[in-house]
Amino acid sequence: MAIPISYSIKSLVTRKLTTALTAGGMALVVFVFAATTMLAEGLEKTLVETGSRQNAVVTRKGAPSEVQSSVTREQASIIESMPGIAAGAQGGRLAAKEIVVLISLTKRGTDKPSNVVIRGISSASAALREQVRLTEGRMPRPGTYEIIAGSSIARRFEGAKRGETLAFATRQWRVVGIFDAGATGFSSEIWGDADSLMQAFRRPVYSSVILKMADPLMFEDIKKAVESDPRLTLEAKRETEFYAEQSKAMSTFLRIMGTSLTVIFSLGAIIGAMITMYSAVANRISEIGTLRALGFHRSSILTAFLAESLITGLIGGTAGLVLASFLQFFTISTLNFQTFSELAFSFELSFWTALKSISVALIMGLAGGLLPALKASRMKIVDALRSV
Amino acid sequence: MSAPFIGIRGLSKSYMRGERALPVLKNINLDIAEGEFLALMGPSGSGKSTLLNLIAGIDRADEGSIDIEGVDITTLGEASLTAWRSDHVGFIFQFYNLIPVLTALENVELPLVLKEMSRKERKERASLLLGLVGLSERVDHYPGQLSGGEQQRVAIARAMVTDPSILVADEPTGDLDRASAEEVLNLMRRVNEEFGKVVIMVTHDPRAAEKAHVIRHLEKGVLNAAPH
Repeated sequence: MAIPISYSIKSLVTRKLTTALTAGGMALVVFVFAATTMLAEGLEKTLVETGSRQNAVVTRKGAPSEVQSSVTREQASIIESMPGIAAGAQGGRLAAKEIVVLISLTKRGTDKPSNVVIRGISSASAALREQVRLTEGRMPRPGTYEIIAGSSIARRFEGAKRGETLAFATRQWRVVGIFDAGATGFSSEIWGDADSLMQAFRRPVYSSVILKMADPLMFEDIKKAVESDPRLTLEAKRETEFYAEQSKAMSTFLRIMGTSLTVIFSLGAIIGAMITMYSAVANRISEIGTLRALGFHRSSILTAFLAESLITGLIGGTAGLVLASFLQFFTISTLNFQTFSELAFSFELSFWTALKSISVALIMGLAGGLLPALKASRMKIVDALRSV
Repeated sequence: MSAPFIGIRGLSKSYMRGERALPVLKNINLDIAEGEFLALMGPSGSGKSTLLNLIAGIDRADEGSIDIEGVDITTLGEASLTAWRSDHVGFIFQFYNLIPVLTALENVELPLVLKEMSRKERKERASLLLGLVGLSERVDHYPGQLSGGEQQRVAIARAMVTDPSILVADEPTGDLDRASAEEVLNLMRRVNEEFGKVVIMVTHDPRAAEKAHVIRHLEKGVLNAAPH
């Protein structure tokens, strides 16, 4: 039979300060772990939600992002006329020839420049992105130097509010509308007319063609048609996949950094827990002897001390997680070094992240408590009783 | 003649001091009758506590046998011996050895956790025992809030709560003033007389030993001849 859990809890309460300090160390580790995992998940979620399963993106073969891709006007026309593309409300084909360029803009309140994605859109572009909603103003007219800014951009960059102008590519561009695309990468973009932008940037080629499939199950056929046509040196990807790939390098980096920090920090926390538990054992040697004399087995002593250490871990883990959960209220904007552009995303706390964070805390508790608990359980009763 | 309640034969025990074995008990033979109150006396290092620990099953002998109610406890394995202790032995220590984070009631209840008993039954039995030692008013007090004498009475209640057949007490009055010691000794005497428990007490104090039926002296690990 086990020693009642209340014994372990009361023992922890009795040494409140050391319990709090040990749990605090663990809380910090869990905070770091949860925060980096939440960051990686937020990034993935933002980029995955940017894409739609119904859409396919056609880019130059091997181009890691739209910025590094080029699709000639002829190639774009071939793609546009391929079978399997859905029809829009006005009867036209839902395929958009787009150009993506990076420009440097200044953030509000600082003089720091940052890269921003300018997307040249065509008539079908908005219809392809159901998540995009115009919140202010109107869409840019074709053939003009009008632009609309994503909500994240309007908030954070100088000259990106409605009615303001931005100077780039030797021209003045007027912001005629603001759009919101929820927690997707589009909210961190500026859109303008594709032809005007190509002219201004003196670029003769598009970056990509986005198309809505009449049936998402036809993707493999479309992909085959694109990739087997000798006139096209292009490749087709599902839009969801395309954006997931763009988040891969960054989220992998975040996860590796998070795990490394967690491992290094947790070593410190484990040693802290071990010192606490060894001193708990040392202070209670005669108690251990008494419990053994009363008829509690070695395994009960082991369990009671491990329980103390695990409870400490649980307290620390919960505290760290609660602290980290507040990060959900923050939006981070950073350079996605796969696309070299600024991307705004939030910390995302999922059930699995919470579970993993608590597990990290429990593992620390277990690792810190195991040796002291084994020491306690292996004591000879007579020796333990003598140490009053 | 019927077999004694406890029969000890050829019991020896030594401790290792570095490379050298230091004999503590040498060929002890001792019979303890049912219902006996035995006081073990002797100078420090005479081996009286070691003998008590061996009878209580918290230490291991090198040689010899300890037969208690037909069971030679020297042959029991670790787990069986632990279970045997919880069924047959109640402990009273010089420094009470109560668990400081548990209340008087919880301390008395603790050995019952090992028994198949509901929480309610455990509480009732523990309260009953605390009443028996005159501490009904102190059930929710922590050891730190009790006097030495009161703590020792809680310890006696804890020792009695599982209804063991043997009570072992190592210097139970060693840390108490005269009045408290007298109270504790009277309580032990009562436990012996009213409940028929075998009480084995190690003590320095001749006044404490007077309460026992039988006093045996140990010297340098050898038991002096029994009085006739």
